Amino acid sequence: MGKYINIFMKGMTLIVKKTTQLMAGLIFLYGIYVIIHGHLTPGGGFAGGVLIAGSFILLILANGSDFMKLTREEMGSTIYENLAVLVAIFLAVSGMLFGAKVFFLNWLPKGTLGELVSAGMLPLYNIFIGIEVAASILSIFLALVIFKEEISE
Amino acid sequence: MEITISIITGLMILGALYAIHAKDLLSAVIACGIVGYGLVICFLLLKAPDLAIVQIVVETISLIIMVAVVLDSSREELFSKPDAQGYVSSVTAILLVVVLFYFFKISIETLDAFGHGTLRMAAHYIEGATAKTGSANLVTGVIFDFRGYDTLGEATVLITAVLGVITILRIKGKK
Repeated sequence: MGKYINIFMKGMTLIVKKTTQLMAGLIFLYGIYVIIHGHLTPGGGFAGGVLIAGSFILLILANGSDFMKLTREEMGSTIYENLAVLVAIFLAVSGMLFGAKVFFLNWLPKGTLGELVSAGMLPLYNIFIGIEVAASILSIFLALVIFKEEISE
Repeated sequence: MEITISIITGLMILGALYAIHAKDLLSAVIACGIVGYGLVICFLLLKAPDLAIVQIVVETISLIIMVAVVLDSSREELFSKPDAQGYVSSVTAILLVVVLFYFFKISIETLDAFGHGTLRMAAHYIEGATAKTGSANLVTGVIFDFRGYDTLGEATVLITAVLGVITILRIKGKK
């Protein structure tokens, strides 16, 4: 099965590499759009986070793990994941400090329905849950790739 | 619409059965894909685009990971001869399916018709969610405001999954 390990490390052909380099940025932008408009259109933190992770996974699969110089020390995605959940919990706790003193209270002003900046805390929750989902799915994929290379060495 | 959903659900069941019995593990993985993408079409027909977006992306990524795993390990499933314990557990499974189907048939007769009637809780959400949360997307209003604890639990589940994957997959210890 050495052929498949070679694909994982060196990447696929030039056509696939160039196409994914053109497409990955668009997929990343679409993920950000889905997260930011989560309180207006279908989607939200979970869907957009998985889309962002998918753009990175596409690049790694097409270009091989040598291209990004992936090692265990550069696996910073777990830090982003933990920080995002920490911020989300702090946002939830902030409801206990202002207003009616309830956990998960939506204490920011609601704004007008349908505007991009509206709905109080919901866009903030969407953004941090999106970062958390993207970082955790990317961490799982990176763990599979990196630890396999350690075995094959 | 019910007929379409029934046909797609039947295809999903066929795909799941094939995935269990296939000798080649790569075709079993692709048959699992039938189940996932059929579920996407069902979500779209039932007017749940939020779930459909998440399901189609997660299904694609998990298929990629499963194909990579199958290509890297064995492609043949290793069958073992059924012994006495295997017969006992299969008889138990069949009995359990019969009992579950009986209670399912009882409970399905007390429910409303498909697509009609909402529960008291759901009716309250549909009426008041937009005014109370200020969110045009009702789903986001429910999962981050009314059901905030659920979302926090899901985030915790994801963190636990990543911790488990990194801990189990690490072969060499960190120096």
